[in-house]
Amino acid sequence: MMVAASNRFSHGLETLGAWMLGILWMLPLLYAVWTAFHPAAFATHFDPLAPLTFANIEAAWQAAPFSRYLLNTVMLVTLILAAQFVLCTLAAFAFARLTFPGRDVLFAIVLLQLMVMPDVLLVENYRTVVQLHAADTILAIALPYLGSAFGIFLLRQTFLTVPQPLDDAARLEGCGLLARLWRVYVPLAKPTYIAYGLVSVSYHWNNFLWPLIITNSVTTRPLTVGLAVFATTDQGIDWSIVTAATLMTSAPLLIAFLLFQRQFVQSFMRAGIR
Amino acid sequence: MRRETIHAYLLLLPAFVLLVAFTHWPVVTTLIDSLYATPHGGRPPPFVGTDNYAGMFDDPVFWQALSNNAWFAAATIPTSIILALLMALAVNEALPGRAVLRMAYFLPTMLPMIAVANIWMFFYTPDYGLFDRIIGLFGGGRHNWLGDASTALPAIILVSIWKEAGFFMIFYLAALQTMPTDLKEAAALEGSSRWNYFRRVTIPLLMPTTLFVMVNAVINAFRVIDHVIVMTRGGPDNATTLLLYYIYETGFRYWDTSTAAAATVVLVTIMALAAAFQFGVLGRRVHYR
Repeated sequence: MMVAASNRFSHGLETLGAWMLGILWMLPLLYAVWTAFHPAAFATHFDPLAPLTFANIEAAWQAAPFSRYLLNTVMLVTLILAAQFVLCTLAAFAFARLTFPGRDVLFAIVLLQLMVMPDVLLVENYRTVVQLHAADTILAIALPYLGSAFGIFLLRQTFLTVPQPLDDAARLEGCGLLARLWRVYVPLAKPTYIAYGLVSVSYHWNNFLWPLIITNSVTTRPLTVGLAVFATTDQGIDWSIVTAATLMTSAPLLIAFLLFQRQFVQSFMRAGIR
Repeated sequence: MRRETIHAYLLLLPAFVLLVAFTHWPVVTTLIDSLYATPHGGRPPPFVGTDNYAGMFDDPVFWQALSNNAWFAAATIPTSIILALLMALAVNEALPGRAVLRMAYFLPTMLPMIAVANIWMFFYTPDYGLFDRIIGLFGGGRHNWLGDASTALPAIILVSIWKEAGFFMIFYLAALQTMPTDLKEAAALEGSSRWNYFRRVTIPLLMPTTLFVMVNAVINAFRVIDHVIVMTRGGPDNATTLLLYYIYETGFRYWDTSTAAAATVVLVTIMALAAAFQFGVLGRRVHYR
């Protein structure tokens, strides 16, 4: 009896602790939502009866070309995702199911990118993009990330689990290499594509430093860079509007996350188990 | 050449060209550029040997960036890993409101770092910010959290921990969910306490995950500077200049690309060491499933 009671007590204590941490973790975001949807006068003091307003959102939306930034970001993540899917699929298939000289060495070379990411090679990549006359384009933001070691690795692991008899059957029916890849491997790897896609989209939606360096105009800047430009130069200290803009830029991804939470969490898990 | 070999090379070619062009080749040219002077005009820059490194080692800002980054890593990595583990353990139990709790922990991960920085900057504002308000309740005075060299780096560290812990939680959660339950039943039959089970079974079984998370945390500690750019620009007095920020500033504000190349070599070396550590020393000691 004693043991059960003390167990219940410690369990209650753990629940309390977990919730306190959870509330602490939510607080910054709740506070941001509060600030964005109330008049500036209530930004720094809490009053449950404060009037709700969309004025901050409206002001932020009109103060900078956010619709264009949004379009740029959507184009950017679409371009990256499409290219990554195609390139990684082809390479992963070669590593998973073909034998050729130098396979292990080449695979090791690919994996190096998991450790040294293009994010830190700013100066050299800037030079390369300028030499290609591609600076300040959406393609330029995407270029360093199109060949993705992470994607190749993830898809290779998945392709390795595809039963060989399925492949053989397709071959007997006269399917060529690409047809087998398209009809047998790609459909079976769908969960991996979803997982990788979600991780990739959220990474590039949020990416900041490289786009900051390589873009210089309204027609190319993604949301993150647009937000930084807006918050530092145009606004000064109107926190309600800055916070409104901040939430606005994160909203599409946040809403997608809230709707497909399970899918997101499982994708990140799947992508993390190597 | 065999057909299969040709096919394989053709399949690899596009991904490889891009990978090498933007990751491997830049590492090589960084190393080369760090041995030459910064190019001016159209003339080829002269070979200067280790002069760029000597100049960088004479620059106190470089050393400060390195030490800031070391402190930053030493504070963020263990804290966010321990928090991540606690979060995962909590969410893995049958707690009331588990789904909401999991979302609360994970949500910061989904926000862009730059958005996070904007929100926290508001908290750190003197007088009006959340921190000064709370301290004000207890009779404390005004404090310029980001403007004071002694609190600016801890302020940045706090933001990073908040952003990262929930991300690492996911990996612990994945590992906990694949853990065999019969072990737990056996331990309960033996009358082993929960703490004992945690220490003797859970922690060792989570070692591969801890290793994976640790390497990621190290890489992130040297890779993410978005919040520094937005919140402090490395200041005050270089108190929040991290290594990559130093590279960014020397390369793109002073256009001293040779010194930036030398600093990048240092950064890549640190990352390579982290990788070697993972595969070498720890890889052999860790219990793998």
